[in-house]
Amino acid sequence: MNLNSFLLMRHEIVLIAVALIILIAEIFTSEQNKGRIRGLAIILFALNTIIGFFPATTGTLFGGMFTTIPLHIVVKNILNIGTLIVLIQSNAWLKTEENSDKFPEFYVLLISTLVGMFYMISAGDFLMFYLGLELATIPLAALVAYDRFRSQSAEGGIKLILSSAFSSGIMLYGISMIYGMYGSIYFDMLSPAMAMNSLTILAFIFFFAGMAFKISLVPFHLWAADVYEGAPVNITSYLSVISKGAAVFILTVILFKVFPTISDLWQKVVWVIAVMTMTIGNLFAIRQQNLKRFIAFSSISQAGFFLLGVIGGNEMGMTAIVYYMLVYIFSNLGVFGVIAIISNKSGKENMDDYNGLYHTNPMLSLTMMLALFSLAGIPPVAGFFGKFFLFTAAAQKGFYILVLIATINTIISLYYYLLIVKAMFINKSENPIPYFKSDFYTKLGLGICIAGLVIVGFASGIWETISKLAFGM
Amino acid sequence: MGILSFLVLIPTLTIIAILFTNDKKQARLVSAIGTGVQLILAGVLVWMYLTERSAGNTAQMLFTQDIMWYPTFNIHYAVGVDGISVAMIALTAVVLFAGIFASWEVEFLNREFFISLILLSSGVFGFFISLDLFTMFLFYELAVIPMYLLIGIWGTGPKEYSAMKLTLMLMGGSAFLLVGILGIYMNSAAAGQPLTFNLIEIAKISIPIEAQRFFFPLTFIGFGVLGALFPLHTWSPDGHASAPTAVSMLHAGVLMKLGGYGCFRVAMYLMPEAAHEMAWIFIILTTISVVYGAYGAIVQKDLKYINAYSSVSHCGLVIFALLMMNKTAMDGAILQMISHGLMTALFFALIGMIYGRTHTRNIYEMGGLMKVIPFLSVVYVIAGLASLGLPGLSGFVAEMTVFVGAFQHADTFHRVATIIVTTSIVVTAVYILRVVGILLLGPIKNEEFNHFKDAKWFEKLSTITLLLMIAAIGLAPLWLSNMIQHSLIPIIQKLAVTTGI
Repeated sequence: MNLNSFLLMRHEIVLIAVALIILIAEIFTSEQNKGRIRGLAIILFALNTIIGFFPATTGTLFGGMFTTIPLHIVVKNILNIGTLIVLIQSNAWLKTEENSDKFPEFYVLLISTLVGMFYMISAGDFLMFYLGLELATIPLAALVAYDRFRSQSAEGGIKLILSSAFSSGIMLYGISMIYGMYGSIYFDMLSPAMAMNSLTILAFIFFFAGMAFKISLVPFHLWAADVYEGAPVNITSYLSVISKGAAVFILTVILFKVFPTISDLWQKVVWVIAVMTMTIGNLFAIRQQNLKRFIAFSSISQAGFFLLGVIGGNEMGMTAIVYYMLVYIFSNLGVFGVIAIISNKSGKENMDDYNGLYHTNPMLSLTMMLALFSLAGIPPVAGFFGKFFLFTAAAQKGFYILVLIATINTIISLYYYLLIVKAMFINKSENPIPYFKSDFYTKLGLGICIAGLVIVGFASGIWETISKLAFGM
Repeated sequence: MGILSFLVLIPTLTIIAILFTNDKKQARLVSAIGTGVQLILAGVLVWMYLTERSAGNTAQMLFTQDIMWYPTFNIHYAVGVDGISVAMIALTAVVLFAGIFASWEVEFLNREFFISLILLSSGVFGFFISLDLFTMFLFYELAVIPMYLLIGIWGTGPKEYSAMKLTLMLMGGSAFLLVGILGIYMNSAAAGQPLTFNLIEIAKISIPIEAQRFFFPLTFIGFGVLGALFPLHTWSPDGHASAPTAVSMLHAGVLMKLGGYGCFRVAMYLMPEAAHEMAWIFIILTTISVVYGAYGAIVQKDLKYINAYSSVSHCGLVIFALLMMNKTAMDGAILQMISHGLMTALFFALIGMIYGRTHTRNIYEMGGLMKVIPFLSVVYVIAGLASLGLPGLSGFVAEMTVFVGAFQHADTFHRVATIIVTTSIVVTAVYILRVVGILLLGPIKNEEFNHFKDAKWFEKLSTITLLLMIAAIGLAPLWLSNMIQHSLIPIIQKLAVTTGI
């Protein structure tokens, strides 16, 4: 092992460097120039995203604790892009008076969670996985409570930290059972040793329940709505997209790598959980008036769709998950971008407030509509392709009934997405939200989302690239 | 780039051009030019198709183009047309062109209106040229979704309810369809070949019967919803009644045909054994559709509802004829699609124009319109006569062919169903003549009616375009029939081989 081999962790090292530079820059800038840190942070992060695409070496470190394969790099790049959009979108919010003295921490906390996710993705054993998971979760709780003078925000932070501590406990219990039985925590050593017995099943159930908490799968979803509503909008978007995406990915990897011998069992579990998650998430979303809660439930149901890729248990499922993650980033961040702008400028978050939005803010409404259609899986935007491929992955394994339930669920979700479209385009309003002049960063953030929504589906090369790499799994 | 890709490209370019227009006059002018070019292109396509065929080209699909899109799934951008698709494309172009002129005076958000309308049409064109199930499905959904905005924003009456009902029911149909398509795809591999979405390739192999039994109903119902298959037709009356004129025209005239087209092109063509096994269920349902729709039309007071129920009846006849699975009846089914498409578009255009003057669609509040707006009234009568199947107009040719084909089945079940369906002719005559009597003849019910002006130039253009086509098919059905028949052969063969008829 030499210094060169640390380059395997290039994504993580660059991120940490970015976080450190921002911290140091904060110390050395005067009060008047502090605003420039925002620009600096975005530029640095954009650089980090670009560096992520440079060719990278693959291999293992620390005796197999840390592995890097091409698919990991793709996932990290996708998460980088998503985080970049979140940073760009939160610029306007961080500019406000109340955040003027604490915004550098925002960047540091956010980047630390991302580093945690990266370690989690690259984990080669349960220990590294757990460390990454905690690193990803604890700063997030601080971010949720970022609006510390708003009681809802503080409440959300406490709820997140408690529920994730609880779920970590459950998960660790499962992991300790596995260690007790097989004497190893390395994924590669576990998979051949794994046998079908009751203790393994118990361990799996504990582990899965813990992960289900993190991904907010039904019936472990109850924390999500309150936390999403309490958190500042931009943090909500980060929670629902980036951290969910990373967790789904690692769950899939562990199910493939560690539990292949009991795949009959976990496919049944995933089947039931997927149906429940999609359906219950959707049915609750219909009743929501507050848009943040609404999106919270909608993203619970979206997590159910991810499970359709998980259940396939093959390369196509893996590719579909990673691909949908990318699509989901653009769609959900498009929706959140609009919600954040309106919430920051007018303080309105209810669906009724959006009545007549098209007449005052046509571009925002169109962006929102495209993003919602993408979430509902309507062509020609990217969501259609993402959903179709997830369904294909599940159908390939013969889960046609599950696919049918999922497609019916997309129609239910279409109903409530159309409610927002209806509010914006059809409903009349006495006092609509006034016209906003968006600044450069806002436009840039939404512009990236729209470009992504339009391009990702038609450019088949993106899918093909991911697909090629997933076959190395 | 083949001629077929232009059918999708031109609407796209038109939409972009509309984005750059400044006011409503420019927007509608650009739309008219765009759809006019599209109409010419469709005409050229018909001409090219006929020349190719008379030159002895017997390939099943002409003007094919095949570009690999997603290698992993073997998804291609594959297009090609046979006579049926060409006829449907021509129908769409005509109705769209007439629809633009029928909505010449849309005031509210007029650019957005034309954009949505043309976007919808591009989905329809794309659907008819697709040979790949994936792109076909993509275009299918693309054709449905603008409907929500079109009805929701520019509609009348309980438009939000109708728009939501229509969208959800049609998308619900496509949810079934998606599973059906995936099922076909997963069983599509010929020996040693990869899975494929290509219709023509899949037709070469036979899908296992167990798979067919599961996926045929899903696919058939998925398309059947759009074809107003009883009991899934309920979106149609509400949707059509609430939609603005051009949207009703395009939807009843063209979009409902997507359902019928998909039923035979995908469901029956690819899964013939299951089609034979389950035909009886759907024959019963379509028989109900035909008769129920016709009786429904008798009791309605709203002009649009009358026409919407009549559409349910006529579209039911299309699927009924398809399920007879012989050459004559299927030929009739395609003729009926085209004839009904033109007729119903004409009806909805006229209803829109009458409504624009009277501001009511309740037939009992109107009367004597023949005296004040003779042009529109006469056209209405002709459309009515076409609809009830008067010889010399398109309706007669289509229905006659359907019934002749249906009677070729000698068993009791088919006979009884056919006889029941035939009664709808009488009922159709009743509701058409009833409306004509109340609406157009008799004394003028309202003083204000005397101030009405007859059709303006764009209204005349819109109606005459449709009328000419109806008369052309009625007087010279052979050219259309020839075009269709040749293309039906592979489908009929596929359906016949499997049963050993």
